[in-house]
Amino acid sequence: MSTESVTLTIDGSRMEVEIGTSLLEAARMAGIEIPTLCHMEGLSSYGACRLCAVEIGPPDKAKVVSSCTYPCEEGLQVRTHTPRIVNARKLLLELMVSSTPSSKTIQDLAAAHGVTQQRFRPENEDCILCGLCVRMCKEQMMAGAIDFAGRGPDRRITTPFEEDSEQCRHCGGCMYVCPVCMLRCAGPAADSTLCGGCLIACQMPVNTAKIA
Amino acid sequence: MRAATAPVREIALVDTPEILSSPVGRIIEEHHNDRNDLIAMLLDIQDAMGFLPRFAMEHVATSLEIPITEVYGIATFFKYFRLKPPGEHQCTVCTGTACHVRGAARVLREFERHLGIRSGEVTDDREYGLETVNCVGACALGPIVLLDGDYQGQVTASKVPTLLRRLKRSAEKKPVAARSEAAA
Repeated sequence: MSTESVTLTIDGSRMEVEIGTSLLEAARMAGIEIPTLCHMEGLSSYGACRLCAVEIGPPDKAKVVSSCTYPCEEGLQVRTHTPRIVNARKLLLELMVSSTPSSKTIQDLAAAHGVTQQRFRPENEDCILCGLCVRMCKEQMMAGAIDFAGRGPDRRITTPFEEDSEQCRHCGGCMYVCPVCMLRCAGPAADSTLCGGCLIACQMPVNTAKIA
Repeated sequence: MRAATAPVREIALVDTPEILSSPVGRIIEEHHNDRNDLIAMLLDIQDAMGFLPRFAMEHVATSLEIPITEVYGIATFFKYFRLKPPGEHQCTVCTGTACHVRGAARVLREFERHLGIRSGEVTDDREYGLETVNCVGACALGPIVLLDGDYQGQVTASKVPTLLRRLKRSAEKKPVAARSEAAA
């Protein structure tokens, strides 16, 4: 590799990557599976879903960062599946399942990560504000018809002035990338609670790699 | 996705009479048509016009060659920006933490009841507007209410009618120009 590279350690294995590679890309190159919802190749990284969290630095001073937005650094130690990280992901997925229980993508991820309890009130939202559709529209479709508006609890994805946008070409790209509206979960009591019933009830394969 | 039933509306371009008679063009020029100055531009437009009219936001987006979504996103993100014209007299109830624990919610309800509008709205005659903010930096005096920019400390629900009466009286005395100066 050229001089424009850095060497780092991911889960104990040393690897050399080009400068500017994100931790997520490096880990995936090494065949390490890190779950994501808001990341997609060809779109900029946004760091919204936080599922790609990894631990960096020496174990006694470890920091949790989102690997999709963190660039590889020389000599960095990265751990992708420590108990702390696994627990953080489980909690995130539990929260996401309770806000959007009808999303098959999220229900499957939760099942794959061993989320077995549901301590939060289900809300039946249809958006996790991952911003994939916004970036799809802006970066791939060159339209910029939708964006975030509002702040805090009022934050939502919308067209300007909440009406049909002239920039929208009805390409459907936003729906294609959406982790909530693309695949609906219709499993047992999916609208109220954890489903995780794919293997038993739906007889459909879980579409994410099972993580130990 | 919604069906394409609504007629496609043209984006307001540079020379509509609405824009020529407004300070929007001048403000954009003052900021050298620079995208980094977007927030400053919107602030200036709001200071000049009292709120951010839709045509102004569209004009800014067109001149800076950025999607209108970006301007709309910023205008809705910051509490300071108004998308609707304010009332002639603006009542601002602080609902920050300190005011909240001292009963700002009750004060706000009382204002809503007396004015007959919800927070964020303006009365039908455009006379009174009601809004909430999250801190005005005078927590020791909470609950705080700003009436046309005047700080009123330790407001209780029972003081609201008096405050509104006083606001009405002082508004009748002051000429309009002096009031907008005081607000600025």
